[in-house]
Amino acid sequence: MSDDLRTPLYDLHVELGAKMVPFAGYAMPVQYPMGVMGEHNHTRDAAGLFDVSHMGQVILSGASWDAVAQAFETLVPQDVLGLGDGRQRYGFFTNDAGGIEDDLMFARRGDDLLVVVNAACKGADIARMKVALAPAVTVTELADRALVAVQGPGAEAAVAALDARAADMRFMDVADLTLDGVDVWASRSGYTGEDGYEISVPATQAEALVRTLLAQDGVAPIGLGARDSLRLEAGLCLYGHDIDTTTTPAEGALMWAVQKVRRPGGDRAGGFPGADKALETPARKRVGLLPEGRAPMREGVAIYDSETATDPVGHVTSGGFGPTVGGPVAMGYVNVEHAETGTPLWGEVRGKRMPVQVAAMPFVPANFKR
Amino acid sequence: MKFTEEHEWLREEDGEMVVGITIHAAEQLGDVVFVELPEVGTTVSKDDEIVVIESVKAASDILAPVDGEITEVNETLVDNPGKVNDDPQGEAWFFKMTVSDPSQLEELMDEATYQKFIA
Repeated sequence: MSDDLRTPLYDLHVELGAKMVPFAGYAMPVQYPMGVMGEHNHTRDAAGLFDVSHMGQVILSGASWDAVAQAFETLVPQDVLGLGDGRQRYGFFTNDAGGIEDDLMFARRGDDLLVVVNAACKGADIARMKVALAPAVTVTELADRALVAVQGPGAEAAVAALDARAADMRFMDVADLTLDGVDVWASRSGYTGEDGYEISVPATQAEALVRTLLAQDGVAPIGLGARDSLRLEAGLCLYGHDIDTTTTPAEGALMWAVQKVRRPGGDRAGGFPGADKALETPARKRVGLLPEGRAPMREGVAIYDSETATDPVGHVTSGGFGPTVGGPVAMGYVNVEHAETGTPLWGEVRGKRMPVQVAAMPFVPANFKR
Repeated sequence: MKFTEEHEWLREEDGEMVVGITIHAAEQLGDVVFVELPEVGTTVSKDDEIVVIESVKAASDILAPVDGEITEVNETLVDNPGKVNDDPQGEAWFFKMTVSDPSQLEELMDEATYQKFIA
């Protein structure tokens, strides 16, 4: 762990009693004394604070918003040009085979684009953007900013207590706020299925801000363990597991994130890597999987269409216990003929076939402020 | 009470051994969400994987601490796996077993040695 990078909140995590683990090259809190289950439930019931400073924050700037947006559209299959000022979207970088190189959030801040990418991919992502977009677009990593998320039904009250404008933001809005004297960039979004905010703050002011946020009613620090079970119940992908360079957006059931204007027949169709393959009708698809018994079906569990079939029809890419569901939940890929909700399938756990059903996601209803 | 390096405890009761996992093991595992027990009557050898226990973090096995036969299992853990965190060295025993080779018990640790082992 001594080689791992530290976020600006490292010392605070240790002070709060976190168990630190290596994750994507950083020493990160996997849990605090409350424990994974307690932290998960606390986030759904009140509010959780997550350090996500390991993620990459990158600003793209150029001669105009149109220039930046058009350039970014050569890397992603999303409608960037049509993004209103102060709005954010989910997207992904594709490769020439139509696979997903990383998933990301992008937000329009005036004429600039703020892109937030996964920690494990950020080096490659920044290099990709520089190669493809320079010199017309300047790509600047904001290594001097921390990122924290406040998530849960109590998030609005906690953040709005420090800046009332937070309450006026809708899901996927971005805005400048001043929280206890600290100027931050906030977005109303997250990775838990709950209402909440993601807050970009200068690294030097991050610890003070987080202490202030933790002092608000109902806000507790939450580690990576609960972050994973929360996002799994919300049906959200974990890059490198549920989607990767070999899965297309169509296979990943992410077509909702490809706006009409970028699809075949749209005004700005194609023009991103692997456009001819990324959106093709797939032979397999990411689905929710609800095991019928109590045994969790974890990543790698093979899925069959009968108790005795020899060839699998799919596999689990994320799975575990869902504390809010009160039982095991999973997601994975199955052949499209088995992808309909309600299809009875079998997962092989420790050599035993156990019944599992294709299920709609999210497993827990989303609680966004639309 | 005797202890294994696999963080199990064994308590003698009516000529049999009652087996569970230690407080230390329960803390390391985190919240237990699933327990799969062996069938009563199963003959086991030392180090056989006989119980599956899953926490919010991962799956792990409990190994047979000695050779013998399973005589009773704690079914209440199947419906209430969280008991393993609440009372690992008390109510949340996993199984009872006979011991076919009592000399194997001599290789186990006493409490003081176990405390040093985990320190």
